[in-house]
Amino acid sequence: MSDDRIDGYARGLFEVARAEGTLDEVEDELFRFARAFESSEELRSALTDESVPVEKRLAIVGDLVGAQATSTTVQLISMVVGSGRAKDLPKIADRLVQRASSSKQLEVAEVRTAWPMTDDERVRLAAALANATGKQLNLKVIVDPSVLGGVVATIGDDVIDGSIRTRLDQLKNRL
Amino acid sequence: MNLMATLLAADDPSQSIHPIFAELKEIIWGGIAFLIIAALLVKFAGPPIKNGLAARTARIQAELDAAQLARSTAETEAANIRTALGDIAAERTRLLAEADAEAAALLTEGRARLEQDVADLLAKARVDLQTATGRVNEELQSDIARASAEAIERVVVENLDYNTHRRLIDDFIAKVGAAS
Repeated sequence: MSDDRIDGYARGLFEVARAEGTLDEVEDELFRFARAFESSEELRSALTDESVPVEKRLAIVGDLVGAQATSTTVQLISMVVGSGRAKDLPKIADRLVQRASSSKQLEVAEVRTAWPMTDDERVRLAAALANATGKQLNLKVIVDPSVLGGVVATIGDDVIDGSIRTRLDQLKNRL
Repeated sequence: MNLMATLLAADDPSQSIHPIFAELKEIIWGGIAFLIIAALLVKFAGPPIKNGLAARTARIQAELDAAQLARSTAETEAANIRTALGDIAAERTRLLAEADAEAAALLTEGRARLEQDVADLLAKARVDLQTATGRVNEELQSDIARASAEAIERVVVENLDYNTHRRLIDDFIAKVGAAS
């Protein structure tokens, strides 16, 4: 899909979520669903396989996020999947998050941890990253078991890597 | 016949025949016949006899010359053979000396080449051994490093409990905060 079309989808989803007043929830839920979509080959195959009927693909979306996300998020994901654009869902979600962050004068900070962070940890980490970068951040936390432990924070082109995975890799290289 | 006539005449006393000398007439006719026969012999038998003798003399002389020539040739050949025998002995000695020298040179050269080949093989074997040793060491180090890294990762992962995760996140926040 072209960038213009991805932008068009992102803008449309952004407007819908903002109009319904669920922009924060929708962008967060879409962001997490996009990361799950990226990391799961099985989910990608199920949602992008043209031989699978659309109804079945929409049923999978409903089963996966129906009970955990807002109805707006479910509807937006279903719209993208139903239109046969599921493979572009991560890019659409990222553009939506960027657009939402820009509208709030925030920059997206993607944080990867092996375990879910507590609310307190999120607040403290957001504050620490804001102080370190001098930017107001929209923190997006992704649970990524490959990190093993610690945190990897990506803000634009800057990466602050405090993961056990990276330390082990450095140790392997030294060995 | 004259003798018989003389003897018969001796028995006949009417005839006066000299016991030793023949009658003059007989002597004359006998002499004439002798001369005629002698002349005929000289005329007709002399040249063939002379030619035969001359031919025989020439043949004998030729045979003598041939024998002399053969003897000279034989003596020359004998001398040549003696010379050749001497040359052969010298040549044999020279050839043997050359063969000995060549064999000695070949032996020396072969020994040198063999020693060089052995030295080259030893050098190559040392290099191969060093290379193989280095490769084995590298592979061993790599295997040890990989095994160590896997063991370390396994131990680290097994010890990453809830509290450790919390502490790691707190450490990260503290580190980021300290950097600001």
